[in-house]
Amino acid sequence: MSCSRRDFLKQACGGTLASVLPVSAFTFLSMEEARAAVENANVRWAFLVDTRKCVGCGLCVKACKNENEIPYDAPVMRTWVERYVITNDGTAHIDSPMGGRDGFIDNVINGEEIDPDTIDKAFFVPKLCNQCDNPPCVQVCPVGATYQTGDGVVLVDREWCIGCGYCIMACPYGVRFFHPVHKVADKCNFCYHRITKGMNPACVESCAFDARRIANLRDPDDPVTKIITTERVAVLKDEYGTKPHVFYIGLDENVR
Amino acid sequence: MTSEAVVHGVEWTVKELFVYPNEFIYWSIQIVMYPYMTGLVAGAFVLSSLYHVFGQKDLKEIAQFSLVFSLALLPAAGLPLLLHLQQPTRAMEPLLTPHFTSAISAFGIVFTAYGLIVVSEIWFVYRKFFVDQVHELSGKEGFGNMLRLNVYRVLTMGAFDVSEEALKVDHKAAKILAGVGIPVACFLHGYAGFIFGSVKANALWMSPLMPVIFIMSAVVSGIALCMLTYIVIMEWKAFRQRRRGVAAVAQEIKGAETDIINKATKYLLGFLVAAISLEILDLIFRGYTAMKSWDILRSVMYGKDFINIFVLQYTLGNLVPFVLLLLPGRTMKRTVVALLLVLFGVFMMRWNVVIGGQAFSLSFSGYMHYHIPIIPHSLETFKEGLFGALTVAVTPFVLFWIINKFVPSLERGEEAGY
Repeated sequence: MSCSRRDFLKQACGGTLASVLPVSAFTFLSMEEARAAVENANVRWAFLVDTRKCVGCGLCVKACKNENEIPYDAPVMRTWVERYVITNDGTAHIDSPMGGRDGFIDNVINGEEIDPDTIDKAFFVPKLCNQCDNPPCVQVCPVGATYQTGDGVVLVDREWCIGCGYCIMACPYGVRFFHPVHKVADKCNFCYHRITKGMNPACVESCAFDARRIANLRDPDDPVTKIITTERVAVLKDEYGTKPHVFYIGLDENVR
Repeated sequence: MTSEAVVHGVEWTVKELFVYPNEFIYWSIQIVMYPYMTGLVAGAFVLSSLYHVFGQKDLKEIAQFSLVFSLALLPAAGLPLLLHLQQPTRAMEPLLTPHFTSAISAFGIVFTAYGLIVVSEIWFVYRKFFVDQVHELSGKEGFGNMLRLNVYRVLTMGAFDVSEEALKVDHKAAKILAGVGIPVACFLHGYAGFIFGSVKANALWMSPLMPVIFIMSAVVSGIALCMLTYIVIMEWKAFRQRRRGVAAVAQEIKGAETDIINKATKYLLGFLVAAISLEILDLIFRGYTAMKSWDILRSVMYGKDFINIFVLQYTLGNLVPFVLLLLPGRTMKRTVVALLLVLFGVFMMRWNVVIGGQAFSLSFSGYMHYHIPIIPHSLETFKEGLFGALTVAVTPFVLFWIINKFVPSLERGEEAGY
């Protein structure tokens, strides 16, 4: 059999293509998976924090660290609690040692002892990822390793993140960090592995005071959604245009 | 607390007042080096293009040199990013799955395109030289000659036609490539500025002026480094000629050197004025509009980082060399001092943008201080420490030394390149 140069090149190219595109590279999705991957119209996860109920015990931080395997003593966390103490000279004293993991047990804030008699008001503010509708972290990821799911949660692909840190820089809320073990970007995802199975996020589960609750905004009968839609709630740093989806009751102008 | 040590950023970040728990100086010295080296690449290329495109004949020699030098600088512009990545083995991913809403995703593409332009331009400029070398070396004895012959054979890529017409085509191709290269070089660096300028979360970085400021200071630093390296090499050559007792040749070298440096200085000053004007405009605008972030920015700029910004960058790095270069009776020694200060000033500008942008918390209620690791005790403290930065800084000179063995960018006269 003769083989012209043209035929040889043709076959070589075809063979190369066939060998680099094995069938196993294609994943076949079931109808449900496909629908969920494109858009899950029935679910939009959101979160409600009632700062008036938070006592700063730090159980949510502990639970989160354990549930999501963030090394317990590493100074990074997916959720944290901030303490605000506003004294009568108008100064806001703010701290969150170890993310408030061990609670707030003394009057010392940033090395300064606060006289209880000088306090005008004091409160705690739990923080977590805002699962923004317009997430800057997703926008800046150079490889698409962080992405938004159809139900509104922003996830990180640990297998694909290159660890450039651009998403950490882009988040106005400072919720992202490098995972000390996996060496990739990490953040709160509302315990996606739990909420997609009908369970509560670990922090919600551990909060004894109902200060943290999860909601499905697309479900009008969801009691938490009802609070978000009918009561006066606020979000953090809306000036960045990120459209955050963690709603707060009882925010104060001093909250950062 | 063993797990604490491996949290990226803990090693060199010191927090003051209220900083969000996850905030650290995540972008450290290598991200200072990245725009600095990229700027040098772009600047070196622009300087070479002044001759190749705009026909500034008196810049010919430094143009040849800076073209080859910009090739040597190119790998050193990508190296800091590689050293900075937490997952360096995944460095190719931005090319495999580029996510085009991200400014970084274009890096691989722009970087590669620019590299191809520089390599092709060098090839067209030196093609005749490669062919000449092949003819000259063929038939010569010895392993070294054999090796060089084969290298030059590969470099010619089989194009041995050095007729008048063929060379004309070479000239034209080099000119076109140099012309295309200018916007690409500016894009390469302008978008490094865009990477910072588009981060809306960072009050110091977010500015549409950032890419333009970066381009201007890039050209300044590139020209300064090329001039400096050129002076050092030419002085060395003249020194050697004098030692051999050929004072006339030494004198000739020095004369040519002075002419070129005088001319290049004018361009340097022009770009320096543009860079400073833009930076001052940015500063005034921030103070005048006094947005929410201005309180913390002011406390950083006029307080914590005052020395870094106003003393080291603006005064020592900009004003002093500006005066040194402008005052009459400029000597070569004074030029060298001024050029070193210019390079230092641009480095401080990068430092003040990258580190300064992380000197305050996103909460606007606290500060972070950066302590660069000097003595490394782990791979991370080496990579993101003083020695990692020095590795990046030395690389282009080593590469230039190697490349220059085969592409003699410092030969005077008509024998090499054009």
